Amino acid sequence: MILDAKHEMQRKLFRQFAENEFTKELQDELDQTGEFNWDIHRKMAKYGFMGCKIPVEYGGQGADYLTYALMVEELARVDSVLSIYANTSNSLGGGPLMLAGSEEQKKKYLPPIASGEKILVFALTEPGAGSDAGGTVTTAVPDGDDFILNGRKCFISGAPVADWVVVFAKTDLKAKGSKGISMFIVDMKLPGVSCGSHEKKMGINGYPTCDVVLEDVRVPKDCLVGPLHKGFQYAMKTLDGGRLGMAAQAVGVAQSCLDEAVKYAKERKQFGKRIADFQGISFMIAEMATEVEAARQLVYHAAVLKDAGKDATSACSMAKFFAAETANRCAYKAVQIHGGYGYIKDYKVERLYRDARICSIYEGTSQVQEMVIANGLLKK
Amino acid sequence: MKIIVTVKQVPDTSGKVAVNPDGTLDRASMQTIINPDDMNAVEAALTLKDQLGCKVVAFTMGPPPAEGMLRELMAMGVDEGVLISGREFGGSDTYATSQIVAAGIDTYGVDQDDIIFSGRQAIDGDTAQVGPQIAEKLHLPQVSYAGEIKRDGSSLIVKRMLEDGYMLVKVQTPCLITCVKELNEPRYMTVRGIEECFSKPLTVMSYETLKDHPLIDPTTIGLKGSPTNIYKSFTPPQKGIGVMLEGDGKDTTDKLVGILSAKHII
Repeated sequence: MILDAKHEMQRKLFRQFAENEFTKELQDELDQTGEFNWDIHRKMAKYGFMGCKIPVEYGGQGADYLTYALMVEELARVDSVLSIYANTSNSLGGGPLMLAGSEEQKKKYLPPIASGEKILVFALTEPGAGSDAGGTVTTAVPDGDDFILNGRKCFISGAPVADWVVVFAKTDLKAKGSKGISMFIVDMKLPGVSCGSHEKKMGINGYPTCDVVLEDVRVPKDCLVGPLHKGFQYAMKTLDGGRLGMAAQAVGVAQSCLDEAVKYAKERKQFGKRIADFQGISFMIAEMATEVEAARQLVYHAAVLKDAGKDATSACSMAKFFAAETANRCAYKAVQIHGGYGYIKDYKVERLYRDARICSIYEGTSQVQEMVIANGLLKK
Repeated sequence: MKIIVTVKQVPDTSGKVAVNPDGTLDRASMQTIINPDDMNAVEAALTLKDQLGCKVVAFTMGPPPAEGMLRELMAMGVDEGVLISGREFGGSDTYATSQIVAAGIDTYGVDQDDIIFSGRQAIDGDTAQVGPQIAEKLHLPQVSYAGEIKRDGSSLIVKRMLEDGYMLVKVQTPCLITCVKELNEPRYMTVRGIEECFSKPLTVMSYETLKDHPLIDPTTIGLKGSPTNIYKSFTPPQKGIGVMLEGDGKDTTDKLVGILSAKHII
């Protein structure tokens, strides 16, 4: 796809910002400490990244899905975890409100998350409800003008630094599977809301993840987002958009693997010549480049479909599936090309290898994407 | 009040520099960037806009693709762009360029409280002449090498960064100030700025637009009218790799002193 002048300019902004601001020191600090960096969060917010896809009337930038995909890709190309900083508010955080929120809810919650002042995260997964989100056992029981929430959400990215969390809970306790689930926006400071310990992750360190525990949390009825008992379909729609972002993140990681592999293959000499001059290495690089470009085109195609208002469920899953697997294959090859040095933390590919791994797991594993793609073809 | 900024699209000299057979730069084969010092001028203008809410207009002279640069500046916060473009202007040296840009600015209009910012110099020619020449041709006071700018009523107090110190100059508006990189850190475009930049006003001033201005004389503009002619362009020979002295402590220092003494440097 040939980008138009506007999208080329957006790409230039994201690339310039990431290359200048995501210094090696910052990347190392995030990876080593695992702590959230508020300075870079605020700086990204200042240039409109947190509200990229949020409509202008709610304090966002009003950009399209293609711009959003370019943003996540370019940020992830330099540092995967920092792409998540900008992604959340546009995707899983702001997504449910943009899809199903009332006018009051949109006006209350979207402007502060678009400006980066507040952080809103998404809590669907539970210890017993991962790929099978219909297995949700968190409950929300009406009590006067409120709901009382009880349950435990796990692997909630950003929860330790969040102000609000979108929680999916069973409101019709008799309904089976994915039916009878509703969506609530919950203030993290409410009595009964607590965070588990920070997960020690393999990669994407610097964006903390933990459980969110809800114990008799009294939530006003106006915190119900969208229609009662219909939350699951909005979770799926939100994840639909989220997959596009994750696919773009995977393209950024894969491109970074390729960049590092090309650079190293030209520098490293063995048997008296550059390792780039050995066919075994050059073929690996050719395979990586081809796959990265194919993944990128799938992502852009899915983004353009969404911008055109067309059904993009399959396209998003194809992009996520292919890009995530590409990121993993490219990370493997990039480390292989680096040899022993690729196993050492001083080289970026060591972190890329760990950062790539999550791409085919979160926001729907590769196998879940395959189920979505197959269902689209076989259940018609 | 408004602020005018003059900007130039220059070849990205961090890449390969290509030269035409006639000695001029082969601009078509090189990537272009916004001249770095001009970015400091733009930032100075936008900082004042943030404080005062005034309009910022960017002026450039160049071929039609220079519109892309003006759009990028608009995505940073510039309100309006003026592109001075015409075959008659091609190949102008600093003298001719300043004449044409001054004519363009004068045609647009300079009010009593206006300020013009320029970059100190462009990385392609490194002359630092165009900004001051524009001021001369518009009969405006000028302060070059600004490293700090403060407003003082209708005046500006500018810290001029000189090689051996600095100089504080108070200047009345309208005036022209050339900016050095120490003045500020240029901002990026914003996502919203990019969304909006293509609907901001952009005026193209051609030879037809400016031909009746007193500063425009066909014999003193363009390549033929330029008093400067390029005699020869060449890449200077690279210096040798130098001598590396290994080790630390007195022995190495003594070696260094010995080499410098032998060359009669010390």
